[in-house]
Amino acid sequence: MAEHETAARHRTPENPGSEVGAFLRRRREQLAQRWADEPLFRTVFTVARDEAVEAGRVVVDALAQVAGHGRVEDPADPGFTVVREQLSRMAAARARTGLTPSRVSTEVDALRVPADELLVAELPDASAEHVRACTTALTVLMGTLRLVVMETALSEGEALIDRQRLQLLEVATPVIRLWDGIVAVPLIGTLDSARSQVVMETLLESVVDQQARFAILDITGVPTVDSLVAQHLMKTVAAVRLMGAECVVSGIRPAIAQTIVHLGLDLGTVITRASLADALGYALRRLGADIVRAAPGGAQAR
Amino acid sequence: MSAAAAGVEARLPIRSDLDLVRVRQHVRQASATLGFGLVEQTKLVTAASELARNTLVYGGGGEVEATMVGDGRRAGLRLTFSDRGPGIPDLERALSDGYTSGVGLGLGLGGARRLVHEFAIDSTPGVGTTVTVTSWTARAPRPRGGF
Repeated sequence: MAEHETAARHRTPENPGSEVGAFLRRRREQLAQRWADEPLFRTVFTVARDEAVEAGRVVVDALAQVAGHGRVEDPADPGFTVVREQLSRMAAARARTGLTPSRVSTEVDALRVPADELLVAELPDASAEHVRACTTALTVLMGTLRLVVMETALSEGEALIDRQRLQLLEVATPVIRLWDGIVAVPLIGTLDSARSQVVMETLLESVVDQQARFAILDITGVPTVDSLVAQHLMKTVAAVRLMGAECVVSGIRPAIAQTIVHLGLDLGTVITRASLADALGYALRRLGADIVRAAPGGAQAR
Repeated sequence: MSAAAAGVEARLPIRSDLDLVRVRQHVRQASATLGFGLVEQTKLVTAASELARNTLVYGGGGEVEATMVGDGRRAGLRLTFSDRGPGIPDLERALSDGYTSGVGLGLGLGGARRLVHEFAIDSTPGVGTTVTVTSWTARAPRPRGGF
């Protein structure tokens, strides 16, 4: 025993990573218990402390595995794979309570302190050099964990934004059947290339489905009509025409009309109406239908 | 230019489609605050949209600087779009309607010039392009928040 201790005192570990890995396996239970009291675990697993301890054990196991591979600095180590989902759930739960990413990161960093204390307590007789090598390896490992948490949290956010963008594309472009053979799309918001593509596709599909003779594009909700938006509109009008239907652009406000003129856009080939009602009236008349009042006295009554 | 009304108000990056939306919103808000009428607001926003898209598509990204200016009688909004892109070799041609080096309608630059009161362009091939536009309110600035 004495011999072993002497050896330990003068030896610099050849692989501090695997030594940290062995330490984590030995102290798995104590560390999981200590971590369960840290804010990151305590506030996420509020129902039962056992759950927090179990989650802590899983993280300790993953870290031990990464350290065992000798790759304490590598966030891409396969050892992190099993905990990635759990870590992202924890980070997301903390973010939902209003914590900034840097605060979450600080909470992950707080896990280093108990681990560090346990490690140093294990090496009372080791040389300063040895202790330093081991604590450095542990610090790097915990830094890598911090990086992994941030990475997963960020990619979660990106995935959410992508999902919402797709949802918005579909939500924002309903095609409405106004009458037999007349469909309309109320456009709202920014008409960029991706959205105008969706508008064109859904409109052309419904022209076929509804056997529409008239398609109305209402741009009341489009705040800015610049040359790119106009180009998208004209392409849609041309495509609708190719399908054998007629396209009417409605909802051109006075300010937009003046701007289009100054911009030099030529919408001469496009049928335009000031309001959706005008466009519907135009289409109905062209279809041979007309809206008349039921009672002869109705006109005076209003 | 009166010293009180002058000053850099905002500097916005133009790096993505999303930045174009931000530029439009900022110009709309700033021009409304200065008391621009709805038509003038729409014209300036549209010009800003065209120029910001040019900065992004042809200049490879850049930034816009929005400055509130005043000449004592009326207020104005000055927008300076700058990029470090390839530059425009033939300005005369680029400003003419229907000419484009890309796939657009070729109305952006010439159209923007017609939508604002003052227009200046400075481009050096290989160095970049700077476009400065200014529009003025018809009357003296109204108090903030008023209609």
